Amino acid sequence: MDDLKRVIREYVIREYMEEGESVDVNTPLITGGIVDSFSMVSLKRFLERRYSIQIPDAEATPAAFDSVNNIAALVTRVRARTVPGI
Amino acid sequence: MTETCVTRPSYHERTAAFDWSIAERELGYLPGGPINIGWHCSDRICLLGRGRHHALVWEDFRGTSRTYTFDDVRVLSNAFGRFLQRLGVQPGERVCLFLDRIPELYVGFLGILKMGGIAQPLFSAFAEESLWTRLHDAGTGTIITQRKHAPKVRRIRARLPALRHVVIVDAEGYPLQAGETLMALDREPRPQRFDVFATTAETPSVLHYTSGTTGQPKGAQHVHYSLVSQYLTAKWVLDFEPGDVYWCNADPGWVTGTSYGIIGPWSNGITQVVLDSGFNAGRWYEFIQKHRVTVWYSAPTAIRLLMREGVDVARRFDLSSLRHLASVGEPLNPEAVGWSSEAFGRPFHDTFWQTETGCIVITNFPGMPIKPGSMGRPFPGITATVVDTHTFQPLVEPGRVGVIALKPGWPSMIRSYWGNPQGYAAKFKNGWYISGDRATIDADGYFWFVGRDDDVINTGGHLVGPFEIESALLEHPAVAESAAVATPDPVNMEVVKAFVLLKPGVQPGPDLELEIMNTVRRRLSPLAMPQSIAFVTSLPKTRSGKIVRRILRAQEFGEPVGDVSTLMEE
Repeated sequence: MDDLKRVIREYVIREYMEEGESVDVNTPLITGGIVDSFSMVSLKRFLERRYSIQIPDAEATPAAFDSVNNIAALVTRVRARTVPGI
Repeated sequence: MTETCVTRPSYHERTAAFDWSIAERELGYLPGGPINIGWHCSDRICLLGRGRHHALVWEDFRGTSRTYTFDDVRVLSNAFGRFLQRLGVQPGERVCLFLDRIPELYVGFLGILKMGGIAQPLFSAFAEESLWTRLHDAGTGTIITQRKHAPKVRRIRARLPALRHVVIVDAEGYPLQAGETLMALDREPRPQRFDVFATTAETPSVLHYTSGTTGQPKGAQHVHYSLVSQYLTAKWVLDFEPGDVYWCNADPGWVTGTSYGIIGPWSNGITQVVLDSGFNAGRWYEFIQKHRVTVWYSAPTAIRLLMREGVDVARRFDLSSLRHLASVGEPLNPEAVGWSSEAFGRPFHDTFWQTETGCIVITNFPGMPIKPGSMGRPFPGITATVVDTHTFQPLVEPGRVGVIALKPGWPSMIRSYWGNPQGYAAKFKNGWYISGDRATIDADGYFWFVGRDDDVINTGGHLVGPFEIESALLEHPAVAESAAVATPDPVNMEVVKAFVLLKPGVQPGPDLELEIMNTVRRRLSPLAMPQSIAFVTSLPKTRSGKIVRRILRAQEFGEPVGDVSTLMEE
């Protein structure tokens, strides 16, 4: 697992799950009820701070946040536009 | 936009000949006799010959599926009732259902009512302080939960002296602690016979907590006679027909999820489908297509999320089974009504009601011309108006803004707030129940929502009280003072915004903002989490030092701030 996915996964586990619970990179987060549309706001805010990016609201969809893999892809996409060479 | 209904009595015909005894007769209820919601939603449907029909078709996000007939629901609710009796739960005790939308929630709700308990459903996304507040206020003796939520209960249990039993429905292989009990519904004895407790019209049935401007949430106390309203409004407003497959998006932790997610459909013998899944447009459409859903009761927030995904997503699925669409929670904007006509070939019918009303009270009645953006007209038998906010006199001229007021007396009006009769009495002025929602009435008698008349925040169709949020904000060590108000949001209508005054020496910043947001979410719920925080150096206050939220709210909505003569000068 690369560093980006590890950071996202650890944040999701720490903030949105009970002790002893876990997710893998494909676990449905929104569909599975782990992160709802309200909590998505704090997760988005975390990603924006951590990676110094602005995720456009139009791209912050439930589908884009539905797994660690999807979130990592979103962050990578936005960073590529923001930071040349990434 | 108009619809023509040729097969049913019109709104005017229903209204002219209306009496609640219509529902009493159809339900076989004799005034003064027994009435039990649990029995009417299961045993009675079986006695009417529908025992082998599907009552519940349930799916989760993984695609796991279970199907229950009305006879299954009857027997399994018997099992639930008997289990509670074995635990020693007595009639009148509050039994909390703290569960995701799993079958045990629906069956357990009826089982509690059948043994004479008071069902107290709570939204399973509540965090521990929200849970504690509601269990403590109700003096709840038993909570039924599942292992994923058990840690929240364990963390607050020592502060809940009345809580005797913690029942965990999926605890096989899960280490239990003292006072916890496993209840595996599929392994319980399946009693064919159960002596339903002899509840009558005024016997308490359901306790739903709802937020107000001041103080902690209040327990809205319903009685078994509410069935009369819930049965008939479901039948007429949701336009039920034999053979319908009905989907209500609401979670039974909120009143829509019990009045129209359990009682309404099942007392009518209607099959309902439940999807225990977070939002996913494709998954939702696939669900409608798979189960041939005919009647869909949704919410503006969900509809606006579907709109964001576009009509093309809807068109990938066969949604032709949909016959009637309705919506509740917050006002349905005209764009959403128009969009649903484009996406589904029919409009959503907006409805208006509250936890306290127990049933739909204002509605776009099937067959009645829809005015997009209007909540419709009063349900037959409901006397509704708007009143002046000071005199509480009805405003008779069309177009004047007042507070929606209802003449008390319909069957599902709550009978009190739990342990708070003063709070209940304060809801009535000049002989009217005052809803707290501002509206206008047009010349055709249609109601148009304007806004709340208080500081309560309606986010995604759920009411959140500012006091509870501000109390949680103050738990953060950096916060000296705070005010929580509504701010406009394109999807949720309103979301929470907090104005925070930091303690001396603390520097504001984005990291602190996120930390405070997460503090509220972890203590209360995601709903209550401020979606943004403004760090300020002062808050508007009266001369007596009370924070004036209405000024902050007005600024957020770009409205006039009103009278500021009583404010403290800076």
